[in-house]
Amino acid sequence: MPKNIKFTVVARTGNEAMAEAMRQINPDVVAAYPITPATEVVQLFASFVADGLVETEFVPAESEHSAISACVGAAAAGGRVMTSTSSQGLALMHEILYIASALRLPIVICEVNRALSGPINIHCDHSDTMGSRDAGWIQIFSENAQEAYDSIIQAVRISELAKLPSLVTTDGFIISHEMQRLEMLPDKEVQDFLGEYTPEFSLLDVDKPILMGTFDLQDYFFEHKRAQSEAMSVTPEYMEQVSREFAKRYGREYGMVEAYMADDAEIVTVVMGSAAGTTRAVVNELREEGIKAGTIKIRVFRPFPREWIVRLLKGRKAIGVMDRADSLAGFGGPVFTEVRSALYEEKTKPPTADYIYGLGGRDLSMEEIRGIYEELQEIQKDGKAGNLVNYVGVRE
Amino acid sequence: MKKGWRELETGSIDFAGRALQYETGDWRTYRPLWSKKKCTQCFLCWIYCPDSAVIAEDGEIKGIDLKYCKGCGICAKECPPKASAIEMKLESEFRK
Repeated sequence: MPKNIKFTVVARTGNEAMAEAMRQINPDVVAAYPITPATEVVQLFASFVADGLVETEFVPAESEHSAISACVGAAAAGGRVMTSTSSQGLALMHEILYIASALRLPIVICEVNRALSGPINIHCDHSDTMGSRDAGWIQIFSENAQEAYDSIIQAVRISELAKLPSLVTTDGFIISHEMQRLEMLPDKEVQDFLGEYTPEFSLLDVDKPILMGTFDLQDYFFEHKRAQSEAMSVTPEYMEQVSREFAKRYGREYGMVEAYMADDAEIVTVVMGSAAGTTRAVVNELREEGIKAGTIKIRVFRPFPREWIVRLLKGRKAIGVMDRADSLAGFGGPVFTEVRSALYEEKTKPPTADYIYGLGGRDLSMEEIRGIYEELQEIQKDGKAGNLVNYVGVRE
Repeated sequence: MKKGWRELETGSIDFAGRALQYETGDWRTYRPLWSKKKCTQCFLCWIYCPDSAVIAEDGEIKGIDLKYCKGCGICAKECPPKASAIEMKLESEFRK
């Protein structure tokens, strides 16, 4: 770790960590509307504005649709732009998310994962973020407040390099409201790391007038979408570049996918967000019992890290994918579908089953995770999964 | 030759004033006929034209730009009845 950086160690909730990151980023524009459990992020940020701690133009919008629309306008004008939302708020932003990414605007959203209604629920699952997975936004899932803080700072750089917007998520209440240890960078250090943002285009540049938001029909829409897909595909290069620089300067390194005890593991789970830590604790117990268990955490879900996943999962005896969202009679949850599909080209296809858990904030216990590994042991023995799609922690 | 996806500007951005290249005159069903003699130079047609197709030069209305005029007839409707300087005629009459 570099010696000359003086970290401040503080106790912060996930929301507070996200708000602090926003304060240090000091965006040109933040337009937002409050929603549980992300309300605090912009509430705290609004107080930073009121206290003169940031120079941001703060736009308290009348809905999330308006908030993200204002963000699109501000980003088109060449600003560094951020907002925060959750669940129904992200759903209300939905149509504008596609416009922001198609216009290649590097907006960063601090998103707190919460179940989409109905029935009405305010607690964590990943259905809201999964609902936006085809919107052309980079999606980074955080396991704790520190990751959220670091990922937000990195996402600003990544977005500006890739010219694509980013969603950085925490898990509602589990991370957003839990007080955790946070190592904060000095304010100036965040500014140095980000540097000045020089947009490729700006609507306010009168010397170089441009047209944005074109009507784009049968003759060009397809080409624009193809180019957008390519932009997402090359984003991991920017992510690795920013991650390396971050690690070099501050000592904390993040990958697209992070493996734990996976080198010799025969049975492996795939997990995203706050459940990753609980799963690692179970892996530790199993290892003490001599069971070759491991787990991998998908940190970046979009662009989907196919190569990383194949490299880490091929040749395993059994794989359990843990989904905190259901596709309701799709073929399992979204993570399962993509992970299993990624492995289809491999010569030996590891038997892979889906474990849908934690919908609407339902707690996931260590016993339940242990139960998943026990099933994976059965699958390893049989060489195939009995039930491909399973529900963990639901009352029968 | 239309561009391939690799040749496009980032984010479907285009140069300003793109509509200049889009000649909407061929949409027209009715053609406005402007009479220099009857025109009182009130500029109402110039104000109301949604396509900026009324030509104004040196402080005077000079006519209608048929390259862009869609033939909506707003100019003829807004032209004060006392003047009635614009008359709408079926485009097909000119294309015989």
